[in-house]
Amino acid sequence: MSASQPLLQVEDLHIALSTDAGSFPAVEGVSFEIARGETVGLVGESGCGKSITALSIMGLLKPPLGLAGGRIRLTGQEIQNLPAAELRSLRGKRIAMIFQEPMTALNPLKPVGRQIAEMFVLHQGASWREAEQKAVEALTQVKVPAPGRRAKDYPHQLSGGMRQRVMIAIALACEPDLLIADEPTTALDVTVQAEIVDLMKELCAARGTAILMISHDLGLVTDICRRVCVMYAGRIVEQQDSEQIFNHPQHPYTQGLVASLPRLGMRAQHGRRKLMEIAGVVPGITAYPGGCRFNPRCSRATEICVKVVPELEALGDGSLVRCHHHG
Amino acid sequence: MKLRANLAIGGGLTLLSLFVGVFGPWLAHTDPIMDANLMNAELPPSGEFWFGTDQQGRDIFSRVMYGAQISLTVGIGSQLINTAIGTTLGVTAGYWGGWWDDFVNGLTNLMLAIPSLIFALAIMAILGPGLTSLMIALGLTNWSYTCRISRAQALAIKSQGYVQAARVLGYGDMRIMFTQILPNTLGPIIVIATLGMGGSILAEAALSFLGLGVRPPSPSWGSMLSDARETITTAPWLSLFPGLAIFLTVLGLNLLGDGLRDVLDPQSRSRR
Repeated sequence: MSASQPLLQVEDLHIALSTDAGSFPAVEGVSFEIARGETVGLVGESGCGKSITALSIMGLLKPPLGLAGGRIRLTGQEIQNLPAAELRSLRGKRIAMIFQEPMTALNPLKPVGRQIAEMFVLHQGASWREAEQKAVEALTQVKVPAPGRRAKDYPHQLSGGMRQRVMIAIALACEPDLLIADEPTTALDVTVQAEIVDLMKELCAARGTAILMISHDLGLVTDICRRVCVMYAGRIVEQQDSEQIFNHPQHPYTQGLVASLPRLGMRAQHGRRKLMEIAGVVPGITAYPGGCRFNPRCSRATEICVKVVPELEALGDGSLVRCHHHG
Repeated sequence: MKLRANLAIGGGLTLLSLFVGVFGPWLAHTDPIMDANLMNAELPPSGEFWFGTDQQGRDIFSRVMYGAQISLTVGIGSQLINTAIGTTLGVTAGYWGGWWDDFVNGLTNLMLAIPSLIFALAIMAILGPGLTSLMIALGLTNWSYTCRISRAQALAIKSQGYVQAARVLGYGDMRIMFTQILPNTLGPIIVIATLGMGGSILAEAALSFLGLGVRPPSPSWGSMLSDARETITTAPWLSLFPGLAIFLTVLGLNLLGDGLRDVLDPQSRSRR
């Protein structure tokens, strides 16, 4: 294993949705890499395929969704065809995941300390006594006040932010190489959001854990991630460093996203204006347009956009864009 | 307050019937079978015969004490079998889905379509009369409600975040079913099981009446009740006391089940 080898390589990933009416591409040709300790964001609207991309990395796609092609490598080893038992031992131990709903992500019948402890028992073969001690340590690390007492609390006794901290403690318990965070802060209010994001950043940096952050919140993702992939209708349309993406978005969709973000002080500067929006709606999965999938909503669309699928084009500085008329 | 009253009354009554079930032979002051004396037939309750005597002059108090053993064994034993079969099938069907779910559903519908007493009769006919076969027969025929409910619970809980989280964190199917789904379905299952215990005690009465359950002259509450039918207008104490015993036991079990469900739910526990 060379030092430069990426932690996770997703190569030409295809996910198909099979229905009675036929098979539809839910994700098409998605490729990206995550280096050790790197933070990468995956941004897109609901239904663009970002969450199922994450699930396919965990090997948890369920019918009617299925892997239709491509390779997923974890430190060089292909994991998309591993037997169920081996895949299970990867989950939680090398790849962990946290969800957007901290309210339901914990078992209501068990004290949270025990739920953390279970990870040590399951993946490290620790004894319960030992594991419960480690669980209190884990709670301390996620900055839960009075961790010894909180460990005995049931999930309903904790606030949303506290529960998400517990989830982070569970996810990071076995020091995984990769943490997939699927909209981890969506259900929390803004101040708590910031705390949770900072906590994730801090803990992952200390452990060298890479993060794949999935969100629809471009601002949040650029704050935490070094690199951002923008997805639209099952394809990655743009990949850039996060400093770049705000200032020089290349794809018309990304430009629309950036322009539609409300900014503080905008009204004072420019007067009362309508918030920018991208015209139209995301096409349904059964009715994706030919050529570039963004063409019906794009102001720059020409004939070629309807006929030819644009390739991901490298722009020299490491950024990639999928558009015939980028810039 | 309500919660404690449930538990206290239910627990008290259940303990009382268990106590009678275990120590009945010592509490009874006559032999329930051999001390028949036709001279004393159908005497009303008195200082000598607390609960009166039956058609053959046997002391009803002693028979109720002895009968507790049989009735409770049948009630608890058959419910344990019911619950084990019902939750196993229901939870696996709800969790796995697919052809297994279809199969279990079909089986449950089949069980619901056949009157359970008739089915129990058929099983008893094969196994022959006796206490053990009674328990097995009643245990094999009444699991469909438990199965339905645990399947529905499993279906609902399967889509909860914590089950998905468990899967993502590398839990196996068995571990998820045992640690995540089963504990969360337990509330309604306990209630169904305690309710079913009453049903089993009554079904035992019916089967005993048909001569397939406990053979006379062995006393069981059910068989005593069915013997007493003919004299219900002339000597009501014959049916009153075994009936009261069944009633109090079932009531106690139901209240206990209700109270247990509240205690097992951490949310209502901390509200106390």
